[in-house]
Amino acid sequence: MTSVYFHIGRYWLLLGNVFSKPERRSVYRKLIIQEIDKIGLQSLGIVGLLSLFMGAVVTLQTAANIDSGWIPRWTIGFTTRQTMILEFSSTIVCLILSGKVGGNISSEIGTMRITEQIDAMDIMGINSASYLILPKIIAAMFIFPFLVIISMFLGIAAGAGVGTTSGVISMTDYVYGLQYYFDGFQVSYTLIKTVVFAFIITSVSSYHGFYTFGGPREVGESSTRAVVYSMVLILIANYILTQILLL
Amino acid sequence: MIEVRNISKSFNGHDVLKNISVSFYPGKVNFIIGRSGSGKSVLTKCIVGLMEVDRGEIIFDDRNFTKLDRWDRKDIRQEMGMLFQGSALFSSMTVEENVMFPLHMFSKMNKGEMMDRVNFCLKRVNLEGKNHLYPSEISGGMQKRTGIARAIAMNPKYLFCDEPNSGLDPQTAIVIDNLIKEITYEFGSTTVVVSHDMNSVIEIGDHINFIYQGELWWKGDKRAILHTENTELNNFVFPSEFMKEIRESLKG
Repeated sequence: MTSVYFHIGRYWLLLGNVFSKPERRSVYRKLIIQEIDKIGLQSLGIVGLLSLFMGAVVTLQTAANIDSGWIPRWTIGFTTRQTMILEFSSTIVCLILSGKVGGNISSEIGTMRITEQIDAMDIMGINSASYLILPKIIAAMFIFPFLVIISMFLGIAAGAGVGTTSGVISMTDYVYGLQYYFDGFQVSYTLIKTVVFAFIITSVSSYHGFYTFGGPREVGESSTRAVVYSMVLILIANYILTQILLL
Repeated sequence: MIEVRNISKSFNGHDVLKNISVSFYPGKVNFIIGRSGSGKSVLTKCIVGLMEVDRGEIIFDDRNFTKLDRWDRKDIRQEMGMLFQGSALFSSMTVEENVMFPLHMFSKMNKGEMMDRVNFCLKRVNLEGKNHLYPSEISGGMQKRTGIARAIAMNPKYLFCDEPNSGLDPQTAIVIDNLIKEITYEFGSTTVVVSHDMNSVIEIGDHINFIYQGELWWKGDKRAILHTENTELNNFVFPSEFMKEIRESLKG
């Protein structure tokens, strides 16, 4: 239990350093743009691929499970929309990104730690925590919502494409389902969740990388811990945010 | 001048540094030597502020480093340059970007002035024309020289070198040693070299401090090493019978 308090305390102390005054703002602006590319744009492929297939599968599975005259066909469009907006595009995509982005961040910073690159920055008088971590946090909190919006769009579009070409639903019914009882706040809810998840992924992964000591094996262990803790915290945050925002 | 006064450091109840007091002089190459695990790296990390001491003081030209907070230490840190054992070059940056990094973060120079300074530093370490290579594309010796170029970019008053010759062949090691000596004399910096390479010590050492089991066991110049009767130092410097014979012949 002492260890848990130790890590929580050290995590908050690290965040204190991360959010302290940066040395030179112009350098940080450039770093944020680089991180947006690395964290966000380079994740576009995997997010797009997953979203297309998930949208298509949700549509087909819903169609297969409502083989009853009592349930209208537009339910397929409605279910696809709800699945993509409420859970898949935010929570599931962020869980996947915690593996891709979180593992990458942790191993990058961990390698810098064991090769003394972070010590070199500290000796120069640079706030290494802020220099290395702040751009990643800002970049992720900015770009992840765009990834999630793209994911929603692609998932719903794939559902429409597969649903109409396979003949399980007409485009009119699908669009009716999409529009049925649409609550715009649900999109806001999912974007709020995404921003929180982005913060969790980048800060937790950076924490594990920043406090890596040893050699390559420890870098690997840090990456694993970063991904596992990020995922667990995302699931807990998802529950808390849903409770607060939707009920 | 750097003065270390009565510093102690322990890890999990194990005393690594025991009440060490030592001075490092400007314009001189000051060595810290000792066996692996003797505490010399911990001593250096305490001096540069990568580790906090349990007791004692570290004074940089009348400025008590141990009593300053992180923000006030910044001024002294910007007067430090350090060459790391593994060079610690930023792998995502080219040679030029590595050397320019401290200038970019702290100096008020414009781009042209920074480039001039980078080229001067690279020329000083014989790396002209290597600006656009990445650390992974250059040899170990060149990485060390890039590390030196980065360390001197801000014209440091205090230069620290942690095992500068580790992993280098003897000839390249001599090149690095001479570079450290020349830069020390040229810029008048207070240079502290941590090493267990006795060839380097004899080649460029002005003041030598021998650490043994966390204590300052012996200090003197390189000539005094040959004549000392200190058993632990003799065992460290002349570990084999062959080396002992060399010592006797040198004494003679």
